[in-house]
Amino acid sequence: MTTEQSPYRVLIGKPGLDGHDRGAKFIARALRDEGFEVIYTGIRRTAAEIAATAIQEDVDVVGLSSLSGAHLRLFPEVVQELKNRGGADIPVLGGGVIPDEDIELLLKKGMNAIFTSGTPAATIIQSFTTASQQHRDHDAQK
Amino acid sequence: MTPKSDTLLAGLKNQDPRAIGRAISAVENNSHEAVALLSALDRDRIHHVLVLGITGPPGAGKSTLTSSLIRTLRHQKKRVGIIAVDPSSPISGGAILGDRIRMMDHALDPDVVVRSMATRGRLGGLCASAGATVRIMAASGCEVVLIETVGVGQSEMDIVRLADITLMVLAPGFGDDIQAMKAGLLEVADFLVVNKSDTQGAEALCMDMEQIFSAKEEKSGIKRVLQTVATENSGVEELLDSVHSFSLYITDNGIKEKRRDQALNAETLDWVIEMLRPRLIQALEKTPGKNDPRLRAEQLIKTLKLQ
Repeated sequence: MTTEQSPYRVLIGKPGLDGHDRGAKFIARALRDEGFEVIYTGIRRTAAEIAATAIQEDVDVVGLSSLSGAHLRLFPEVVQELKNRGGADIPVLGGGVIPDEDIELLLKKGMNAIFTSGTPAATIIQSFTTASQQHRDHDAQK
Repeated sequence: MTPKSDTLLAGLKNQDPRAIGRAISAVENNSHEAVALLSALDRDRIHHVLVLGITGPPGAGKSTLTSSLIRTLRHQKKRVGIIAVDPSSPISGGAILGDRIRMMDHALDPDVVVRSMATRGRLGGLCASAGATVRIMAASGCEVVLIETVGVGQSEMDIVRLADITLMVLAPGFGDDIQAMKAGLLEVADFLVVNKSDTQGAEALCMDMEQIFSAKEEKSGIKRVLQTVATENSGVEELLDSVHSFSLYITDNGIKEKRRDQALNAETLDWVIEMLRPRLIQALEKTPGKNDPRLRAEQLIKTLKLQ
C-alpha cells in the first residue's frame, strides 16, 4: 500500500521538425520543481515515437510543444498514435505559438488543454497537476 | 491474485508494452498488485537474463554507449531492456529523466524496452524497484537488461551492484572526477570502457586503467580495459564479445550465483526499509525529540517492537 502518493510522471516532447526547445525545457524544469518526474524526449520526434515512449514509461500526461505552425497536424496525430497503442486514457496537453482560432479545433480533436505564449507557468502546472490526478483517479476505478 | 495483476501478467507474456509499463509502475509505487505480480513471474527467464550495469561520470557517454550496445544486441536478435536511472531533486522531489534522448533511435523497436527511473532520493526503495523491474523485463522476454546510472552517490552505487556484470565508462579529460570515483566504483567494475577513445588523452587513460586492472585480468584471461567510440559504434562489438566471455566465466565458477544472492539480499533489505518507512516516520513523530539521535533511534525501535 502506498502511504504517500508517488510523483506524477509526465512526458515532454517536441513533435515535428521544429527545433526551438526553450519552451519545452522551461516547462520541463518548472514541472520538476513542482515535484513531477519529467521524461524529456528532445526535439524532432515523430508522433509515433512520442506515443510509444509515453506507453513504455507509463506516464500520466503527455505535454507537447510546437512553435513551427504544424500543431494542427502533429498534436492530433500524437493523440491518435496513443489511441492506437491502447493509451487513449492518457491526456495530451499542448503549447506554443498557436492562434486562438486553432485552440477549439485542437480541443475537439482530443487535446486536453492548449497554452499559448502568454499563459502563466502556474496555470500550465495547475493543468498538468489536474490532468495527472484525473488520470490516476480514472486508473484507480478500473 | 487480483484481477488487475492477472491482466498484467497476461500482458507481460504477450510482450504488450502497456502492460510492461504498468507492471513496472505497480512495483515502483509498491501498489496492491505488486506482490501477486512479482511472485508469478517466469523464474526460468529471470535465471537466464544477463544484467549489465553501466556507470561512470556525467558526460562520459553512458547513454550513447548504451544506445550503441542496444544497436549491436539488436543485430544479434536479442530483446533488450534498459533501466535508465537519473537523480531526483532533493528539494522538490521531481526529476528530469533525459537519458532517452540518446536512445530515441530505438523508440519504435518493440524489442527494446526502456524505463526511466528517478532515484526519488529517499531511504530505501530504489534497489527494490530496479531489481523488480529487471525481473519484469526478463519475464516479458528480455534476454539482456542494461541498468544505466551516474556513478556517483550511494544509491547509484547500490543499484549497480544488482548487475551480474558492471561496466564503468570513462572518457579522457575527466581527471578529478575519476580520482573521486576510484575508491568505490573501480573496485566493483568488471570492465573499464574508455569511451571517446579517438580523443586526446585516451591512450594515457587506458594505460592508467590497465595498471589498476591487471590483477583482475590475470584470473580470467579476459581483457578488461576496452576502448570505444560510442557515437560511431566502434569497439562495441568487441566489448560485447568480452562481456559474453566473462559472463560464461562467472557462470562456470559460481561467481554469478554469488552475485545474484548478494543482490537479492540487498533488495530484500531495501524492501524491508521501504515497507517500514511509513511506520518509522509515524513513530518518529510520536517520540519526543530532544534526546540524542542515537538514543532516540533505540527508543523508536523499541516502540516498534522489532527487537
